[in-house]
Amino acid sequence: MKSNTRIFREGFRDGIPIGLGYFAVAFSLGIAAHGYGFGPVQGFIASILTYASAGQYIGFSLYAANATLIQLIVLTVITNARYILMGVTLNQRMPAGTSLGRRIAVGTTITDEIFGITIARPGIPSPYYGFGAWCAAVPMWAIGTSIGIITGTALPAEIVSALSVAIFGMFLAVIVPPARKDRMIGAAVAVSFACSYAAARIPLVSVLSSGNRTILLTLFISAAFAIIAPRTGTDSDEK
Amino acid sequence: MRSELYIYIYIFIMAFTTWCMRVIPSLVMKKPIENRFVQSFLYYVPYVTLAVMTFPAIIESTQSPVAGAAAFAAGIIAAWLGVKLLGVAAICCITVFILELFV
Repeated sequence: MKSNTRIFREGFRDGIPIGLGYFAVAFSLGIAAHGYGFGPVQGFIASILTYASAGQYIGFSLYAANATLIQLIVLTVITNARYILMGVTLNQRMPAGTSLGRRIAVGTTITDEIFGITIARPGIPSPYYGFGAWCAAVPMWAIGTSIGIITGTALPAEIVSALSVAIFGMFLAVIVPPARKDRMIGAAVAVSFACSYAAARIPLVSVLSSGNRTILLTLFISAAFAIIAPRTGTDSDEK
Repeated sequence: MRSELYIYIYIFIMAFTTWCMRVIPSLVMKKPIENRFVQSFLYYVPYVTLAVMTFPAIIESTQSPVAGAAAFAAGIIAAWLGVKLLGVAAICCITVFILELFV
């Protein structure tokens, strides 16, 4: 058994590229937040507590639009609906008898990226891993938001470009090795790339926010693969 | 007029609602779902979600789509060859940084 401290450190290490990407993206969120009337302290608090990119962007813009709190809640639920799917996937890996505290702790650290690296680890998801990654990544998100609000200008464009691909590189490091080992995962990944590219261009679908496109594509493609290539019991054990 | 306090209440509600979305499954699920379709479905979810989020976003996030596409290719090759997470992320960043100096 690895000690919890060691698992935390692994999470922290894996959270560093996430933090770099967050930092770059948070700048532009901060610039938008400034325009919507948020100060640096408010932006920092919003980011460290919410840590949801698209959801926060919509929350900030609704504030400027004088939306009601009910509208805020409804749109936050819609924008972040994918977190429910991610929570289900993580809980599916936790055996009966897992404490509620552990389940909640694992759920609490969910972001698109932290979910990605948590689910990629074999075995039962550890809250220490997720929290380690959270500690490396989310403060960068909050600091980036704050600095974006204060300076009102983005980082130099070439730095933003370079940093923003850190997150995608990390995603590739998560999905490519299993895709290489398992033909059906490989096929699912290839189909996902193709469908996602198409969906970003097809009229009607492309107008959906990218968060909603992500959840729709995930539902359809995963369901299709569950039908054409169902897993037998042993598959999930060997992961 | 809205007070200073209101913006903090607003932020708190946004954060709390988001947090609820993260933990609702944790509150509801007591054990893994046994249904074979659901199991198979959830087996594919992480790979599909991450793949969908990666492409084409990676080519849209850079100034030059060519640099993004090169980072995409470099990342796949590096991960295929077994480079670890931080390494793949660094390779993608460096690819974009260097290419954008020229493109």
